[in-house]
Amino acid sequence: MDFTFTEDQLLFQDSVRDFLVNEITPERIRASWESESGRDSALWSQLAELGLTGMTVPEAYGGLGMSELDFVLLAQECGYVALPEPLVHSALVAVPLLVDIGGELADQWLPKVATGEAKVVAGLEQNLLVEDAHVADLLLLQQGDSLVAATADAVSLIHNESVDPSRKLFAVSVAGAAAVVANGDQAQSLIQSSLDRGALGAAAQALGLAQRMIDLSVQYTSDRKQFGQAIGAFQAVKHHMANVAVCLEYAKAPVHRAAYSIACKESVASHAVSQAKLNACEAANLAAKNCIQVHGAMGYTWEVDLHIYMKKAWAMANSWGDAGFHKTRVANHIFTDGAALGAGATFA
Amino acid sequence: MDLSYTDEQQAFREEVRSWLGANAPAQALQSFDTELGFEQHREWEATLNKGRWGMVTWPEALGGRGCDLIEWLIFEEEYYKAGAPLRVNQNGIFLLGPTLMEYGTEEQKARILPKMANGEEVWAQGWSEPNAGSDMAAIRSTAKLEGDKYIINGQKTWSTRAVWADWCFGMFRTDPDSERHRGLTFILVPLDSPGITVRPIPQLDGLPGFAEIFFDNVEVSVDNRLGDEGAGWSVAMATAGFERGLMLRSPARFQETARRLVELYKENRESAETDPAVKEAVMRAYMDAESYCLTTYQTACRLNKGGKIGAESSTNKIFWSELDQNMHAAAMSILGARAELLPHAPNAKGVGNWLDGWLFSQSGPIYAGTNEVQRNIIAERMLGMPRK
Repeated sequence: MDFTFTEDQLLFQDSVRDFLVNEITPERIRASWESESGRDSALWSQLAELGLTGMTVPEAYGGLGMSELDFVLLAQECGYVALPEPLVHSALVAVPLLVDIGGELADQWLPKVATGEAKVVAGLEQNLLVEDAHVADLLLLQQGDSLVAATADAVSLIHNESVDPSRKLFAVSVAGAAAVVANGDQAQSLIQSSLDRGALGAAAQALGLAQRMIDLSVQYTSDRKQFGQAIGAFQAVKHHMANVAVCLEYAKAPVHRAAYSIACKESVASHAVSQAKLNACEAANLAAKNCIQVHGAMGYTWEVDLHIYMKKAWAMANSWGDAGFHKTRVANHIFTDGAALGAGATFA
Repeated sequence: MDLSYTDEQQAFREEVRSWLGANAPAQALQSFDTELGFEQHREWEATLNKGRWGMVTWPEALGGRGCDLIEWLIFEEEYYKAGAPLRVNQNGIFLLGPTLMEYGTEEQKARILPKMANGEEVWAQGWSEPNAGSDMAAIRSTAKLEGDKYIINGQKTWSTRAVWADWCFGMFRTDPDSERHRGLTFILVPLDSPGITVRPIPQLDGLPGFAEIFFDNVEVSVDNRLGDEGAGWSVAMATAGFERGLMLRSPARFQETARRLVELYKENRESAETDPAVKEAVMRAYMDAESYCLTTYQTACRLNKGGKIGAESSTNKIFWSELDQNMHAAAMSILGARAELLPHAPNAKGVGNWLDGWLFSQSGPIYAGTNEVQRNIIAERMLGMPRK
């Protein structure tokens, strides 16, 4: 029994955090809102140079061949800076899906993903729209009971604006040639595992987002003075923040367990992921609610950085399965006769 | 990361399970807040000790098994699964025992620990005073050194298990001119000493689970001082420290309650489903117990590898105490009109012991440092918010 990350995993997390915090500043995110695509190809190249775009690509295709468990801490850091680029989506959903599809499609695209030359996104019907379809070179799309692959020139996109200006969402229709890559049970299984990985990515990012909102609020309430003292010294303000800290503290281990479950193909993976997603998004939603409150009127403005992270947190809560979807999966587990519950069942 | 148990851990689990299967009382004992129940639980402590299962985390030389935290978690899982009795001597075994091992003299350890282990001496705690509750540094009870004796005067309150316990431990002011956390000394007091009056305080269930202790010129040998004179605060902080906090409530207890809650829901599905909030509450109970288990395992693994525990562990008490309340509230909702009935009431079919658990869960956010104090600790020490 070892529920810890390795030194290497933690060191990699540290170095990625340093890079992201330095590069993906709130100013840079605001600048990206002014650009047409909202995406930065130079940044994507930097992420590729760090090995991040190829982290989950098998070594045979020029990647690092790492697992969901290796990536989960990095996904938290992507959340912490609200990285606009689709790195988590690519590494946790699109790449593993391409690997599972295999064949020529994988041979053709995975090496380019590893080098950062190409971007691949996945569109599942559980998500109303497809994230970052406008910068994707290849789209893997659920169409009812099938999964199809279409290149950028074969799709037409209708942009849907999100409350989060960093999120780029599109209704995608296949206008040209698309290849059916899976049908029936095989497609269902691929869609299911993609959804699990997407939910894991959203959960991990939610942890980082919650932490960022806490950090911003601790700073703000330490600086802001009223009634002759820092407002953070008032117990009512402290307790708002302590409640977020408690909620976040108990959401971390479920997310790490979910990453392990997926990486090790545990039978509990689906409901472990659902619990992780519910816990992490609850923490991020509570962070948003309490952090805007302790920011006072400033929290309600566009000028203060809080909303960069708050809006992404709101979006994460309903992406890759909303609360209702995930609660239903947990309920199906615990209310099934003979379910393994109680003391000793967690790792059995 | 490897979330499977080693062969040794599995074998340990089997050993615990089989011993408990053969030795745990078949019938539930009376509450340890009754005279009869107290003695029944004392006997159970002796039985546990004979099997060397009383204090698994204690060193082998002291009758324990030197278990690490993962083995402790496994032990607790089997213990709660077996429905074994609550621990009447938990103040001694889990709080005072480890502190004695750290601060006690060899003479004290040899004199006190074996009798604590076999239940011969049951311990009560004497932290709070009428004017020193959450603000423990406001302690006023005094201990004056005269020759080789302390003369103790004053009053302690909310002293858990004190009605039938043999000893209590607590802090007393040895420097009359001192203030706050300075000038306090940690002293162990035999509760049969002349000058002690114990006044039972009935809890919400009507039973005297705690008591007031009055000290009127009580003489205590200086041999019963733990640590140096004036060092009481730091000794007490070790007793109430972060790691000890981790061990106050193991996840197994809540996971078993959550499992029983799911069963209760299924048994009463027709009435329970009339309120959609109940199903949500049952799911939340399961998930929160699971989160508590996962988080505790993660912390235990980190500590086993030499990691340090910090202020983040103050989240622990808030989490489990609110979980316990929420789970029992869900059970009360499921039971509906039966929820208020005492178990022996003629129409109380199927109520189990949920009412007792509900009553006890009301104390969780209060004892061992109120949740408000915990939230201040989290905000200041974990998050770094300003004290002033």
